[in-house]
Amino acid sequence: MNVKTPSRLEKVLAAGHLAVTSECGPPRGSDPQVIEEKANLIKDYVDAVNITDNQTSVTRMCSLAACIRLKQMGLDPVLQMVTRDRNRIALQSDILGAASFDIHNILCLSGDHQSFGDNPQGQNVHDIDSMQLIQTVRRMRDEGKFLGGDDIKRPPQMFVGAAANPFADPFEIRVPRLAKKVKAGAEFIQTQCIYNIDKFEEWMKGVRDRGLHEKVYILAGMTPMKSVGMAKYMKNRVPGMDVPDEIIKRLSGVPKDKQADEGIQICIEHIQRLKEVEGVAGFHIMAIEWEQKVPEIVKGAGLYPRPDVA
Amino acid sequence: MIVADRKPIEEIIEEVKGYKHILVLGCNECVTVCEAGGKKEVGVLASALRMHAMNEGREVQIDEHTLERQCDHEYLEEIRDRIDQYDAVVSLACGVGVQFMAEKYHSTPIYPGVNTTFLGATEERGLWTERCQACGSCILARTGGICPIARCAKRLLNGPCGGSSSGRCEINKDVDCAWHLIIERLKALGKLEDYEELSPLKDWSKDRAGGPRKVVREDVQL
Repeated sequence: MNVKTPSRLEKVLAAGHLAVTSECGPPRGSDPQVIEEKANLIKDYVDAVNITDNQTSVTRMCSLAACIRLKQMGLDPVLQMVTRDRNRIALQSDILGAASFDIHNILCLSGDHQSFGDNPQGQNVHDIDSMQLIQTVRRMRDEGKFLGGDDIKRPPQMFVGAAANPFADPFEIRVPRLAKKVKAGAEFIQTQCIYNIDKFEEWMKGVRDRGLHEKVYILAGMTPMKSVGMAKYMKNRVPGMDVPDEIIKRLSGVPKDKQADEGIQICIEHIQRLKEVEGVAGFHIMAIEWEQKVPEIVKGAGLYPRPDVA
Repeated sequence: MIVADRKPIEEIIEEVKGYKHILVLGCNECVTVCEAGGKKEVGVLASALRMHAMNEGREVQIDEHTLERQCDHEYLEEIRDRIDQYDAVVSLACGVGVQFMAEKYHSTPIYPGVNTTFLGATEERGLWTERCQACGSCILARTGGICPIARCAKRLLNGPCGGSSSGRCEINKDVDCAWHLIIERLKALGKLEDYEELSPLKDWSKDRAGGPRKVVREDVQL
């Protein structure tokens, strides 16, 4: 088994298992219990847990502090880091801070525009972009160098991830864009929420045609729908989201109090179908403020128990 | 050109309410083209200020003048012999002109009459859009002649982000996705494979980040 870091997620993937990750959004306050409670709901059902970084540009507890909490609980956190709020000095500094707590996974993102959040008047930084953040972490890890060229004492040991949205436009560059992230040094990918399975499979075919699935682990992003209202919101209001009408039709076809169950069922069916797609290395289950449903989805999809790779 | 937009008249009224003799000073360059600070707008603003003063029963004298340029010593000198008559000047030039005026006429209060907005172009009458952020090291050769620094809301050098939808930016459906435009352009040039070249980290020291900038050309200095 060839791994480059102590990351549990990397070990699971390298051993050929279908990996399962999930995510926790930190609280809008300083109560550490919130993050611990969420983590306790899912910890036995996943290999690693992402902590979002001020998602949708709404100010929250920082990802790094929440990751440290998870690490201290014995979990394998994935530090999400956006380039919106920090320049290259702060990014490298936070990477070292995370590494000092032996946080072994990072997901490099550009971040939603601040106009979506609670501080639309704020400046955005974007000193570097997500591709360049991937390159930065790889340089820090593999060469033991800061961007400025100086040596790092005890370099970070991080398994480096990136996001991919197979559904954003223009579609024709969605595979080249993945290739670019792989070239930058991405080792795993967590995709945007997948609802349009046909289109995702078309993207995966393009990925396989270029052999990218052999260079990067692709975790398919799954978010269960709580209601038809959520499905409509995702379809119409969330940028880059592709929700086919048949999903909305199916959720509309059941009584309101059964829509959540139907949403879970759809999610499980999608995972089962995608398990068969060559190049899908695992699943990233983003049950937004619905973490208690992760165990049901993981069990229902036949992904439980999680492998012991320690 | 430098594109400016008119300031709300209430804001200007508030700034100059204590003065009795005011010069409204236009500029015949960029702000004339973008219809924010040329001779015509000087007339409109001066009339509005006069009317406001009259309605309040105050006696003020408001003069109008438009210089060829306010960002040039030579043209600013034209008003040297009359500047002392004025309690204040409202400059309708861009921020450069306002500051050049303030530097030249050190003891005269200068108020900006426009909001200097961006470096852009006239797309059609009444519509100006941004094209350049004067970052100091042009990358247009690598991006199909379309600038992601000026035109991508996240100034991504390796875009587009996941929020690009039907050629539009995630922040607003009225805004083009710069990277969508770049990709279309690369396609038209038969250079789509260039898209996969990773753009290196940008040296922002040539940008505003490096502090106030200066261009020194000894070859043309007198």
